[in-house]
Amino acid sequence: MKKNIRLKHYINYLILGLALVLFIALDLLGVLKRSDANLLAQVGYSVILAVSLNLVVGFLGELSLGHAGFMCVGAYVGGLVYIMLEPQLNKLGAILVALPIGGIAAALFGLLIGLPALRLKGDYLAIVTLAFGEIVRTVIRNQDIFGGTRGLESVRFGNRLYILAFLLAILTVFISQNLRRSKHGRAIQAIRDNEIAARAMGVNVTYYKLVVFAVAAFFAGVAGVLYAGSTSVIRSDNFSFNYSINILVMVVLGGMGSITGSIISAAALTYITVKLTISLSGDMAAIEPMVYALILILAVMWNNAPFLRPVREKLGAKLEALRQRILHCGEVPEDNSPEIAAWDKVPTKIPMDAILSTDFTVDHSFDADRRGKEEEQ
Amino acid sequence: MSEFMLETQNLGISFGGLKAAQDVNLKIKPKELYGLIGPNGAGKTTVFNMLTGVYLPTTGRFFLDGEDLTGKSTVEISRHGISRTFQNIRLFTNLSVIDNVLVGMTNRLPCNMFESMFRLPRHFRTEKELRAAARELLNVFGLDEERRSLASNLPYGKQRKLEIARALATQPKLLLLDEPAAGMNPHETAELTETIRFVRDHFDMTVLLIEHDMSLVSGLCDRVTVLNFGTTLAQGETSEVLHNPEVVRAYLGD
Repeated sequence: MKKNIRLKHYINYLILGLALVLFIALDLLGVLKRSDANLLAQVGYSVILAVSLNLVVGFLGELSLGHAGFMCVGAYVGGLVYIMLEPQLNKLGAILVALPIGGIAAALFGLLIGLPALRLKGDYLAIVTLAFGEIVRTVIRNQDIFGGTRGLESVRFGNRLYILAFLLAILTVFISQNLRRSKHGRAIQAIRDNEIAARAMGVNVTYYKLVVFAVAAFFAGVAGVLYAGSTSVIRSDNFSFNYSINILVMVVLGGMGSITGSIISAAALTYITVKLTISLSGDMAAIEPMVYALILILAVMWNNAPFLRPVREKLGAKLEALRQRILHCGEVPEDNSPEIAAWDKVPTKIPMDAILSTDFTVDHSFDADRRGKEEEQ
Repeated sequence: MSEFMLETQNLGISFGGLKAAQDVNLKIKPKELYGLIGPNGAGKTTVFNMLTGVYLPTTGRFFLDGEDLTGKSTVEISRHGISRTFQNIRLFTNLSVIDNVLVGMTNRLPCNMFESMFRLPRHFRTEKELRAAARELLNVFGLDEERRSLASNLPYGKQRKLEIARALATQPKLLLLDEPAAGMNPHETAELTETIRFVRDHFDMTVLLIEHDMSLVSGLCDRVTVLNFGTTLAQGETSEVLHNPEVVRAYLGD
């Protein structure tokens, strides 16, 4: 039993690790093209972005629409360090120094944005984060040190950036997962489920909210530095509101609170976007957002459309059986209640419990997110 | 230890012109089961909210075990030893039963976030110890079997019990129960009465409870305070107070 439970905890490392090994093998065989390597680096930092945003949206239950803003801070601050150090050190040394610096710079902004988060809830906080993302971008664009509107000229790290990106994605997953499965993670999820009760249980809401925002921003900053290494010019336009939404879409599509879901959907959506952009040239490029939207609509329909329900349930049961077979090696799960399909567990709305509500308000809770069954023994 | 576990002195709060509660003077001895009753809207939950730092009292002070806690935040008050349940159950619905209890133990052992993030030895020690403590607590309430199911999947009576278990997980000196028997049938109420009495004896707990079910109050509470329109109507031994004509009038009308 012990061994089986552990496997469940390592599934995310397994996905990313195996993918990395596979790609390195392809690389060594010389099959991996330069464009593919670029795409992989992009997949790597997208996973970092999605997993870190999931900390805020899925675990803490706050809607953040400014994740690209944190990435922007990391990209410019870390990018500047990287560019300055690159002639003295080698590329690897420079980016290894730049990564934590970019991350810390973004984390400081994360703390800054965490402060209003203590007073604002739900939509109001979302608006603040949205404004933050736009302000950061605009301010940076008007600084000469960051290259102004032309953007900051960067140095391409080279094809092997994807290895670094994947390793950092694994680190992000490691930290997110450890955080979640600890007393701190429980406290954070308690805040999401019922802030008033969490306070009454002695959970220091202020502290946890700030830390979650800072940690999420740190990794967004790291992703920003990776971006800086993957491009020849860092452009502030890339960190627009649209990009924040794209990250959020990855999280929502993968299932809020699900790390595995975030990894898969971030990889899939990045792949689709990049491939579409490459394959659709000229006027046809206008189709790209349409295809993207279509995928999302289909995904939402798949989750919610009543007429798809029998299909969903059937497939869900099969997948669940498979999951149980893989994770528990044929053992009957201890909990006998019928499991719902994995994607039905995805909560569809963020609980927006009014901060100063009295005891008479109704709880808004996630509908059927079955989480927390795992137990560490 | 001071003579009274909880003492309030002229505790009161007004929202604008509305005096939701005024001049509430409670003196609760250690290990006492104390009832706070009154018609709907009398200000009972308001008193609870003041005692747990949700509202800041506009007048008066309150002391836990001789220590002045007036004006402290909810978290600080929780750490000083007042824990509560809620009128409408407020469990962490997406967490498992055991995790709900574990949240109550968050402050029990020192283990900082860094240690948890990087899985340093103290993280494992803390988790192991907390889990053992949580299971012990769940065992006491007969919830250990269901520790892995989601809190929201428990039947109503067990959710109430879990809320009490979670409140006890913070190791309080004083337990506030807000209408623990609401929505229960007579059988469940009888069981709850036993549970509360057991909690008092087993954990040496002082309990202040709000309740509408008079059979529970008269069977359980040593002393009661009756609130009506925010003011104290009567106070004293349960049997005497419940036969007080004014109290009967407040409940049944003229």
